[in-house]
Amino acid sequence: MSETVIHAENLTKRFGDFVAANALTLEVYKGEIFGFLGANGAGKTTAMRMFCGLSIPTSGKATIAGYDVYRQTELIKKNIGYMSQKFSLYEDLTVLENIRFFGGIYGLSNAQLKSKSDELITQLGLQHEAKKLVSGLPLGWKQKLSFSVAVLHQPKIVFLDEPTGGVDPVTRRQFWDLIYDAADKGVTIFVTTHYMDEAEYCNRISIMVDGKIEALDSPGNLKKHFQVDSMHEVFYQLARGAKRGE
Amino acid sequence: MKVIKFLLEKEFRQIFRNRSILMLIMVMPIIQLILLPLAANYEVKNINLSVVDHDHSPYSQKLISKITASGYFKLTGYDQSYKDAFHLIESDDADLILEIPNGFERNLIREDEQKLLVAVNAINGVKANLGGAYLANIIRNYNTDIRFELLPSEKFNQVPMIDITSSNWFNPFLNYRVYMVPGILAILVTMIGGFLTALNIVKEKEAGTIEQINVTPIKKHHFILGKLIPFWILGNIVFIIGLLVSWLIYGIVPVGSLTLLFGFIAIYLLAVLGLGLLISTFCDTQQQAMFIMFFFMMIFILMGGLFTSIDSMPDWAKTVTRFNPVSYLISVMRMVILKGSSLHDVLPHLGVVALFAIGLNSWAILNYKKAN
Repeated sequence: MSETVIHAENLTKRFGDFVAANALTLEVYKGEIFGFLGANGAGKTTAMRMFCGLSIPTSGKATIAGYDVYRQTELIKKNIGYMSQKFSLYEDLTVLENIRFFGGIYGLSNAQLKSKSDELITQLGLQHEAKKLVSGLPLGWKQKLSFSVAVLHQPKIVFLDEPTGGVDPVTRRQFWDLIYDAADKGVTIFVTTHYMDEAEYCNRISIMVDGKIEALDSPGNLKKHFQVDSMHEVFYQLARGAKRGE
Repeated sequence: MKVIKFLLEKEFRQIFRNRSILMLIMVMPIIQLILLPLAANYEVKNINLSVVDHDHSPYSQKLISKITASGYFKLTGYDQSYKDAFHLIESDDADLILEIPNGFERNLIREDEQKLLVAVNAINGVKANLGGAYLANIIRNYNTDIRFELLPSEKFNQVPMIDITSSNWFNPFLNYRVYMVPGILAILVTMIGGFLTALNIVKEKEAGTIEQINVTPIKKHHFILGKLIPFWILGNIVFIIGLLVSWLIYGIVPVGSLTLLFGFIAIYLLAVLGLGLLISTFCDTQQQAMFIMFFFMMIFILMGGLFTSIDSMPDWAKTVTRFNPVSYLISVMRMVILKGSSLHDVLPHLGVVALFAIGLNSWAILNYKKAN
């Protein structure tokens, strides 16, 4: 396969006695859509925050886009995009102002900001909403906007934490079109989800149970290995043994 | 530097979009500066006095009329016995009782000596103290008057007396407003600056937007500056509004240099905003930030020398006030506005406040964590 963009070895995060992420080992390749599955409380968000430089691991090794998660968090941040579970753009700014602000923070020039904004607005079909406050947008559009802002600075990897939670099926489909679009341009997608149909869209997936990665392969191979017909069955077999939960 | 431009642009958009906060920032200082100095008056008037006159003589009448004529006392009771008068104190209708004993006039003339009883309701300490002192003063005057009357003048001359004439500098008419307004303005600037900054970052934490910022390669000091500068500007605007109000309504024109005043405020605001920022880095919710800020504000205000003079505080309290930035601002405001002090005079204050500014902001930057 092509170059490795995420490399983790025994990556662990403890909060006191609680081991949120336990010895995670995985590799993700450039241009891949990697599904990061797990039940609620399995430790997905913790793992993702470590990859993004938002959380410093307790032990283990990891490099993201070639940068170390302990010492080079700011370099990692230059090369990744992140979309958190909770909508976190500014509700009291307009669509355009949000794009401009985050683009500016990533160091885009005024000319780049202008062309990028136009391109995004057209791609998202938000021409009429461009100058409206984000607080007034429906959730589906907010999520699409968040994604677009996360890939604005052309990162190598984009981390999506349950990007389609609470979104209707049509918008989910459109959201995945955006993901494929980005993947085609060579952006690596690292995505968590609870929807098993979405898991099928991924090149490879891992399933986390109680802080550990219990399975990691392509959806097809996983189904073969567990001798079932759907990802749903695979997930159910692994996750029902989970002791944690919200 | 370009990043700061984007941060400022965003911050000002948000500030101007939040009309209610903006109104509060502008209108609050005006209303408070109009209201508070009128109420915050140290002068005690309308002291309720109850007189128990057992003598009913021309001399006792003269004493009573001298007291009521002073303008400080209101005669609320004229009782037959001390017991009756004391009921008035119990029901809080009287602050002072003056008991004039039977034979007041006779003893005064025949024996050259007479004692009076003054009972003070000390629940309201200030009123009791000042009321007692006023009354003692009036009685002393009365005493001198009688000596004039009773003693032949050549004999009187033999008694040496010290006559004190005082002149009031910097505030010749002892106008309390002149004294209070600069102090209140100092508190206002502090409160607005401190609360706004503390709540602002915590609000971003609550909304989750700070996470989206933390995942960008933004430098910590850029982020902090992006928060500091807008509120620094707002603080200066509040200060200018306050100076205008005190000029238009109270006719207070700074005797000293305006440049010095603005220079001091510029550095002082950095210190206060630094405290706000520091608190915000420790708090996760606006409630926490609000309470912690309030805790400091109470101490700052009550131990800042606005209402009670720092000079008359016990030593331990004086030590506490040295760590209170507000006390420096209040004293500098009074020095520059009322006395016309120069840079040389306020240099020690300026030095301490600058240290606060550097210390608090550096701590805030250190304590602001992009990762945990």
